[in-house]
Amino acid sequence: MAKTLNHQDVAPVIEPALARKLLSQMMLIRRFEEKAAEAYALGKIGGFLHLSIGEEAVAAGAISVLRPDDYAISTYREHGHCLAKGSDPKRVMAELYGRRDGLSKGKGGSMHLFDKTHGFLGGHAIVGAHLPLAAGVGFAIKYRGEDRVIVCFFGDGAVPQGEFHEALNIASLWKLPVIFICENNRYAMGTALERALAETEIYKLGRSYRMPCEPVDGMDVLAVRDVVARAVERARADGTPSLLEARTYRFRGHSMRDPAAAVYRTKEEVERERLRDPIVLFRARALESGALTESDVADLEKSVNDTVDEAVAFADGSPEPPEEWLLTDIYKKD
Amino acid sequence: MAVMTYREALNQALREELRRDERVFVIGEEVGLYDGAYKVTQGLLKEFGAKRIVDTPIAESGFTGVGIGAAMVGLRPVVEMMTFNFALVALDQIVNAAAKLSYMSGGQFNVPIVIRGPGGPAHQLAAQHSQSMEVYFYHVPGLKVVRPSTPADAKGLLKSAIRDDNPVVFIESETLYGIKGEVPDDPDFTIPLGQAVVRREGRDVTVIAYTGMLYRALEAAEALEKEGISVEIVDPRTLRPMDVPTIIGSVRKTHRVVVAEAGAGFAGMGSEISAFITEQAFDDLDAPVERVTGANAPMPYAKNLERAKTPSKEKIMAAVRRVCYANGS
Ligand SMILES: Cc1ncc(C[n+]2csc(CCOP(=O)(O)OP(=O)(O)O)c2C)c(N)n1
Ligand SMILES: [Mg+2]
Repeated sequence: MAKTLNHQDVAPVIEPALARKLLSQMMLIRRFEEKAAEAYALGKIGGFLHLSIGEEAVAAGAISVLRPDDYAISTYREHGHCLAKGSDPKRVMAELYGRRDGLSKGKGGSMHLFDKTHGFLGGHAIVGAHLPLAAGVGFAIKYRGEDRVIVCFFGDGAVPQGEFHEALNIASLWKLPVIFICENNRYAMGTALERALAETEIYKLGRSYRMPCEPVDGMDVLAVRDVVARAVERARADGTPSLLEARTYRFRGHSMRDPAAAVYRTKEEVERERLRDPIVLFRARALESGALTESDVADLEKSVNDTVDEAVAFADGSPEPPEEWLLTDIYKKD
Repeated sequence: MAVMTYREALNQALREELRRDERVFVIGEEVGLYDGAYKVTQGLLKEFGAKRIVDTPIAESGFTGVGIGAAMVGLRPVVEMMTFNFALVALDQIVNAAAKLSYMSGGQFNVPIVIRGPGGPAHQLAAQHSQSMEVYFYHVPGLKVVRPSTPADAKGLLKSAIRDDNPVVFIESETLYGIKGEVPDDPDFTIPLGQAVVRREGRDVTVIAYTGMLYRALEAAEALEKEGISVEIVDPRTLRPMDVPTIIGSVRKTHRVVVAEAGAGFAGMGSEISAFITEQAFDDLDAPVERVTGANAPMPYAKNLERAKTPSKEKIMAAVRRVCYANGS
């Protein structure tokens, strides 16, 4: 007798360890940025602060399939990528605070996180500028005959920029192991995608450069994991680069200076997108599939909150960089 | 005269020139629907429509080139750089095309374009978003470079820049958008490019400064007045062409000079000004020209390092005392 399928049966099996890792990673990024926003409001963080709240599944999913010796490079909206790559939240927060113990000694700030020991090649704030750098890292990997890869995160706003096209062409022409991941949140500041791009299905641009390309639901951490895993496999095998388009949404404004639902998008749209919250969706799936229990989730939450509280306390306690540091690191000294 | 902000003065200049000349259009990122990242173009889309207020994708080299091409055949574009940091992406278009087309074509083509937007150090925006950009442009023959310091200058100079038949790089000050001042109402009010202004009369020493540093210099002058040092302040306003006679005139009067600039000192504006003062007024000097500049480092993010990087009122005061051989704390 045919059994009626219920939801339990179709939910894919998720390894409990993986579920724990992905969920805690996403919760860490979320909590970290919520606390950063609070610190910004208190004047402890200055300048520009761009939050990735809503987009956590892309960072967590993509980086979860990398090896520790692989590289990642990103934009100014990079807290999540840096944390997922393994950087110590304490040192990331201290950098946001502009303190001595920050990843870049307080010289870079939120937009310029760098962590060499974790293969995190930065936080770059000129839109499009880091895509050729990613190709260059791919060039070096190939030059040395390694099987490492680099994932390069960028926004939909970088796609009209010349460097996007130059980097894709070079990477494909020379078979450089770069996974280009466009975090398509449909807006570049106040400019909606369709007001900036002749081809709005960004992944298709990969075809012009004869590069494997596909779109993915960027709110589904497992789906992101799958497409990136395939791209990484291709890149490791023979250097084939990929263009992936993760369709996502930023729940907050462009930066702390831009209201969440400004003139360029409606409140209704933001509310609708919030229903796709990647953390809420994945938590439900992990619970439904039995990978995690309610008490597992509560434990994870507590541990994430503790980690972030420690990061904030660490940043608060870290002194300002000494004034002599103004003139160090301009050149490498032996 | 009406009192308005530097931002409003720029907005008014754009509005008046758009009304006056059908060939003028504004192009750049977020200039229309978003009303400008720094609200300089506020309300222009509403008044002039999308044909003349053109929102672009993020493609500085592309849309600057579009502006230059349109200017070659007779339009008069005002290209907005969301901030001047991004003009580096378009540097080839500005330096190799806009600046040289007239010369390379033996005068057949001219490029009546204005490239404008905020520049200069801002607050905790770090190395890529907080820097003095004029140095990259004033070296180039064929470009004019403007740095306005007051609301009236912002309006009068921008109108002249738009009416000019040559490419003008017009770098506003990100930190001065909110300052207020009196601005003439006359729609034909302009300030010619290449004219400096004496901001404050004095007898003992000339300080040359513009934008943020001008205000630090004015504060320094007030404080030094109490010490018995009378400071004259000259604001060049246009960096290329530079109004050399006004500066030399002031030097002949005071015999002592301090140049203050926010950018790193090496090959900065102060280097050029000291050079022509030495060439043209060496015998009038009673002390070597002093430069007060930003530290020779990229801009750090940390608040205390940022403060250390940027010239202060105190540093200007100390330099003035040195050239006056005056002791004091
Ligand atoms: C070359 C350049 N032009 C303009 C800017 C100003 N700017 C900063 S972020 C941004 C929007 C980028 O949008 P997108 O690439 O979609 O990334 P998102 O912010 O959505 O993550 C703009 C215009 C810049 N930083 N660099
Ligand atoms: Mg975007």
